Amino acid sequence: MSAHAHDHGHDDHIHPAPSNFLTKYVFSIDHKVIGIQFLFSGLIMFWIGGLLALAVRWQLAWPWQPIPLLSGIWAEYGYRLPPEYYNKLFTMHATVMIFFVIIPLLTGAFGNFLIPLMIGARDMAFPKLNMYSYWFMWPSIILMSFSFFVPGGAAEAGWTSYPTLSTFRWSTSGALDGQTLWLMSLLFAGISSLMGSINYITTIIMLRAPGMKMFRLPMTVWAMFITALLQAFALPVLTSALIMQLLDRIIGTNFFSPANWMVANSGNVVGGGQILLFQHLFWFYSHPAVYIMILPAMGMVSDILSTFSRKPLFGYKPMVFSVSAIAGLGFIVWGHHMFQSGMNPALGATFMLSTMMIALPSAIKTFNWLGTMWGGRLQFTTPMLNAIGFVAMFVIGGLSGIFMAATPVDMHIHDTYFIVGHIHYVLFGGSTFAIFAGIYYWFPKMFGRMMNERLGKIHFALTFLFFNGTFFLMHIIGMHGHPRRIADPTVYEFLRGSGVVGMNQFMTINAILLGMAQLIVVYNFIYSLFFGPKAPANPWHANTLEWACPSPPPYYNFLKIPTVYRMAYEYSADDVAPRDYWPQDEPAAESKDEAAVGHSH
Amino acid sequence: MKPERLWTLLFALGAIFATGCFVYARSDADWWLVPNVSTIGREIDHLFVIILLITGIVFIGTQVVLCYILWKFPDAPGRKAEYVHGQMKLEVIWTIIPASILVFLALYQMGTWSKIKFRSSMPKVQPVAEVTARQFQWVFRYAGEDRRLHTDDDLITVNDFHFVKSEPTVIHLRSTDVLHSFFLPQFRIKQDAVPGLTIPVWFDSEQSGKFELVCAELCGWGHYKMRGNVTVHETQAEFDEWLKKAKSEQNRDQLALANAANGG
Repeated sequence: MSAHAHDHGHDDHIHPAPSNFLTKYVFSIDHKVIGIQFLFSGLIMFWIGGLLALAVRWQLAWPWQPIPLLSGIWAEYGYRLPPEYYNKLFTMHATVMIFFVIIPLLTGAFGNFLIPLMIGARDMAFPKLNMYSYWFMWPSIILMSFSFFVPGGAAEAGWTSYPTLSTFRWSTSGALDGQTLWLMSLLFAGISSLMGSINYITTIIMLRAPGMKMFRLPMTVWAMFITALLQAFALPVLTSALIMQLLDRIIGTNFFSPANWMVANSGNVVGGGQILLFQHLFWFYSHPAVYIMILPAMGMVSDILSTFSRKPLFGYKPMVFSVSAIAGLGFIVWGHHMFQSGMNPALGATFMLSTMMIALPSAIKTFNWLGTMWGGRLQFTTPMLNAIGFVAMFVIGGLSGIFMAATPVDMHIHDTYFIVGHIHYVLFGGSTFAIFAGIYYWFPKMFGRMMNERLGKIHFALTFLFFNGTFFLMHIIGMHGHPRRIADPTVYEFLRGSGVVGMNQFMTINAILLGMAQLIVVYNFIYSLFFGPKAPANPWHANTLEWACPSPPPYYNFLKIPTVYRMAYEYSADDVAPRDYWPQDEPAAESKDEAAVGHSH
Repeated sequence: MKPERLWTLLFALGAIFATGCFVYARSDADWWLVPNVSTIGREIDHLFVIILLITGIVFIGTQVVLCYILWKFPDAPGRKAEYVHGQMKLEVIWTIIPASILVFLALYQMGTWSKIKFRSSMPKVQPVAEVTARQFQWVFRYAGEDRRLHTDDDLITVNDFHFVKSEPTVIHLRSTDVLHSFFLPQFRIKQDAVPGLTIPVWFDSEQSGKFELVCAELCGWGHYKMRGNVTVHETQAEFDEWLKKAKSEQNRDQLALANAANGG
């Protein structure tokens, strides 16, 4: 038991808990507090992003009709939404959801809270860096919010911000100062993510408890680890692309303006740049970013499914290899966003092949999730339902991706609502259901109280129904040819039919109901925070290490650093029957002790 | 029925709704792929349907298995969960089968893709027009009687695109300000217009008539209304007649149109 030799060293590291309010709750270096800070700010931004989306939906269903509650802002335009404002709405919806909601919730909130607890550490490797990582989000959020109030308003070049719409200041009103603020804001968000990712990588490599081999890590930690690697390798490219665009805008460089360029009777802009360069750089980050937004969700769902199936995770190692394969392939598929961009079509052919191949690890994971549930004793708790929702909906998001990967078919559906449907099945049907699953699952650990199960189930059922009502028909209108990012589809004759208009209205009504259904989880969350029944240390009878400490865990997490004897998925093992779980840190019975330590599945 | 089984019904409902939408879509012209009029469009629709069938089968398969699991294995007192960590044989099977389907799908697309977009397979014909996109209109420059572009007898139209049925048609696509995208939904053609590049695009039509040109790449506040009319003429003679008539009109109203074309 050489592992025990480390124990003493770890135990020396208990620091006294901070006693004043500011260092305890605001500028905290405790990974749990920072995780919860990310959780709260992410959930608040979720409402902002969601309301922006509802305004977008309203305009699509009833173009130019006054938006309830909002239209007063545009009194001078006859209470109609100005079209450039529509562009701001969807630009900001995507920006907020991606950079301030899904990435911070998955990596910031769950990554921070769970990694040290799940690997048996007292905190992150760099607690101060962790604190900075959270507080670097705020300049980002403030700059982005402020951009609505500068001349010309917020950015409106889409979350992709392709030049030259984003670089030529005259091209649209959001390309005035709004775009500059957008770029600066994302630079801060990127630095925040990068600090987090360095911390996660170091922590997972260096601070695992004795006995916690890499292949004993829960899938959540594996996914966070791979995600952090993705961020560390991809973010520098985004950062340079953002800085290049910033320089083009501010000091007149020409990274993204073509040679000998002349616009609107102006003098020659001495260019020599390439517009497509930005798209390459942007997607070299942003395609991996899509996986940054889904891998942690996959990890969390794997753990939750195993717990509530009371069954070991099916194919743990294939799951780990799949996640790694997704991350690896994720770096050679960026061109599939650019099939119709003017990029050499021969490249399109190779990117099609790599893109098809990246569907494979996702398929393997799906089959393994089904295998995990097969023959289990399924407990339909709220976290489990949301995790099953993830599996069911992620299948749609994965399969619809194949249509876009096929370059000739992509010619028709590229930049239509088909892609909007696809991404929402991945990011809402996938990531968001996983976020809900994670909130319901780890809420007892975070706050020491249980959430209300009945309300949780009602919330899930309504969300599942209205989610499908909101997003599924996007595939249909997309394949019919409905372009994305247009303020008024009825401009086109082929979109004026009662079928298309009716579908747009149906989706909007569902979107409003979907938004209203979220009030249930807000109520449940806040009520349970104060009045929920006290949670025991291990309410779900789960195996991973976070359930070994009290709910909520003390400042130092573990009084004594646990020793890990087995994988996280020993459910329904005969060794401990009739009990159906076997925590990672529980020593085996005396006689089996030595065997258990060396035993790895 | 045990109350937990209601959850199976909820997930089944989601799957049935999704499948039902596509089944119904086939019978409603407002739902299905907008009616196609080009030869390459037929190939693209064929590829679309192939993918739809394959993904449809996979989708229904996984949802049926999922619902079966949810129906069959809810928690019950006295029943024990299986203790298995995986099975190599199954893993290999469900890796190899999807992998081969995906490789097949990728290879199956290649022919159509290269035919449409590769420069080498571009029809060797004079371009019918140079198409210049700008905020927020499409400017078409047709060669006049000398069949050459950028000469004095060019015809310039705005948001009005004409070509001839059953002949491979080539345009040269440019942009003068920001990105736009030349999208002919009824022809299944899409190509971004990129400032600084001139990109040849080809397509054809099996039908004469009126169609629509869409801008599919966000280009600013007026993006949504950057719409063009497309007219496909039955014969070359009909096209020539239109060209002649339009040119005489152009000569009457030179100033306004010249302003519009200045960006080109």
